[in-house]
Amino acid sequence: MTETPKPIAALADTGPTAPPRSQWRDVWDQFKSHRGALAGGVILVLIIVAVFIGPHVWPYDATFIDIRARNQGPSWAHPFGTDQLGRDTLARMMAGGQTSIAVGLTAMLLALVLGSLVGVLAGFFRRLDGPLMRLTDLFLSLPLLPLLLVMVLLFREALNGTFGPERGIFILIVVAIGVTSWMPTARIVRGDVLALKEREFILAARSIGTTNFGLITRHILPNVMSPIMVSATLGIANAIITESALSFLGLGFPPDFPTWGRLLNDATQYLQDYPERVFWPGLGISLTVLSINYMGDGLRDALDPRIRGR
Amino acid sequence: MLTYTIRRLVLAIPTLLFISLVIFLLLELAPGDPMAQVPLTVPPDVKEKMRLALGLGEPTHIRFVKWMWQFFVVEPMMFIDWLFGTALAEGQQRVLSWQFRSPVMDVVVQRMPQTLWVVAMSYVVGILIALPIGIYSAYRQYSVFDQTGTFITMVGYSVPPFFSGVLVIVIFSVQLGWLPSIYDTTLVVVDWQTFKLQLMQMVMPVMVLALQTTAQISRFMRASMLDNLNQDYVRTARAKGLSEWSVVMVHVLRNSMIPVITVIALGVPSIFGGAIITEQIFKVNGLGQLLITAIQANDLPMVQTVTFIIAVLIVFFNIIADVLYGVLDPRIRYD
Repeated sequence: MTETPKPIAALADTGPTAPPRSQWRDVWDQFKSHRGALAGGVILVLIIVAVFIGPHVWPYDATFIDIRARNQGPSWAHPFGTDQLGRDTLARMMAGGQTSIAVGLTAMLLALVLGSLVGVLAGFFRRLDGPLMRLTDLFLSLPLLPLLLVMVLLFREALNGTFGPERGIFILIVVAIGVTSWMPTARIVRGDVLALKEREFILAARSIGTTNFGLITRHILPNVMSPIMVSATLGIANAIITESALSFLGLGFPPDFPTWGRLLNDATQYLQDYPERVFWPGLGISLTVLSINYMGDGLRDALDPRIRGR
Repeated sequence: MLTYTIRRLVLAIPTLLFISLVIFLLLELAPGDPMAQVPLTVPPDVKEKMRLALGLGEPTHIRFVKWMWQFFVVEPMMFIDWLFGTALAEGQQRVLSWQFRSPVMDVVVQRMPQTLWVVAMSYVVGILIALPIGIYSAYRQYSVFDQTGTFITMVGYSVPPFFSGVLVIVIFSVQLGWLPSIYDTTLVVVDWQTFKLQLMQMVMPVMVLALQTTAQISRFMRASMLDNLNQDYVRTARAKGLSEWSVVMVHVLRNSMIPVITVIALGVPSIFGGAIITEQIFKVNGLGQLLITAIQANDLPMVQTVTFIIAVLIVFFNIIADVLYGVLDPRIRYD
């Protein structure tokens, strides 16, 4: 009789011991290991909390004019000082941050929806690919900043009349930035959709009779989420910088309606006498954009399965 | 390659026509009226004559064709006249600016040297700083130099020029008083003294624009070098006993430059957009400032022409980038 061979320990079939992990958990673990991204995320959350909760705690209103206390340096009552009309700079910074971040988020959402729509349509339907990509190329070769300036200047009055001065300029700037910044997203999404379309699971889904709409929403879109999220983070940074640039050139929000770019523009007029005033709004813009860019970097690494787990 | 270049150049024509139409229609749809500044005491028939004198009497499509004729035919003829002393464009009407009452192209030609000096200089300086940083931080990946370099480029990428520009003015002009904060374009370089002044007033705008360029290009350079440094041919080059210098600076660098050069070409027009803001900060009276003042003065022919010139630059440098990519990389075949 032959002996039954002793089982080799290394070949023993033990079965998975660790509980199953979701994809997003892996992504989060990878994201955590990118120190810059984590720091960026924390700073961004702090800025958002400060800007949106701060005004409820802080006693001064951003538009409250105290002409006796004008042009003051930093003190306990006004940690960032006051401006030429005696308005509290800290309160104005918080109000400006709300607008800047709100513009960034909304413009990014608009650009993302437009870009994903164009990208998915161009990648999925071969007949639309040519025309839509030519359109993208055309938009890419438009001189964007001059056109934005022209759009804002020309349509400001009309929209102010319909929606009121604040909401009118908000809609105008968000739409102008969104319409001129969807192209990179569209290109990336189209490339990914083209590659996905040839995969077996799409063929399988199609063979059981899934409609095009179902294919796109259930199978294609979840798989192109990661490039969309990365371009979303970079889109916020881009939109904040563009809005500040417009306000800085005096073609953005009206003077009594603070945004960080507008505050910077106001401060440059008093550059000779009060040079320290340019510091806070500039720091606000730069820090927000820097932390968003770091988050985008970390997110790109975390969502790339070739890097993840290494 | 030649056929590809020709095809791209031919395709550029409808693109440019479409862009000029978009700009024209955008200005046309604008609710603003160029006659809004005229006092109400001016009688309506005189006002009508003034409209006609501005070229506003005709319907939209005729004015568009007229603008195209003036821009694409009359202005090049003027250029040839100026070059060879001929009289081709004698008596032809040119694109007139409403605020200067003189041909748009004359004003553009006056403003061009300032922009070109500042913008071109900053681009060259930015590239010269960016390439060594990118090469060295890729060669010593994760070293202290790489970490600081990556952080600084990230900061340079995130700090907008309208903040960095104002910041350097505060530091070097207001606090230290070393450099002038306003760019004086009437300065003519004749001797050492004026040369020094010119240099001093150029330092800040050039460095602010260069910071953006440096940040972008050194990131690309680093990524591209990293892609190539782990390739098999690098190991082969080292194995056959080449010196480290020639492995990195000849074999790897030449291959890594291919994508970087296209990025450099693609970035040229966008620096004109950045120049709009920088010129505003340092009061350089170049093209960007011309555009801003024209927009504020509702000078539609000027806005139309300057915007279109920037669009031509973008399309042209896109073609250059694509063609260069094909020329430099033999793996790319367009035909």
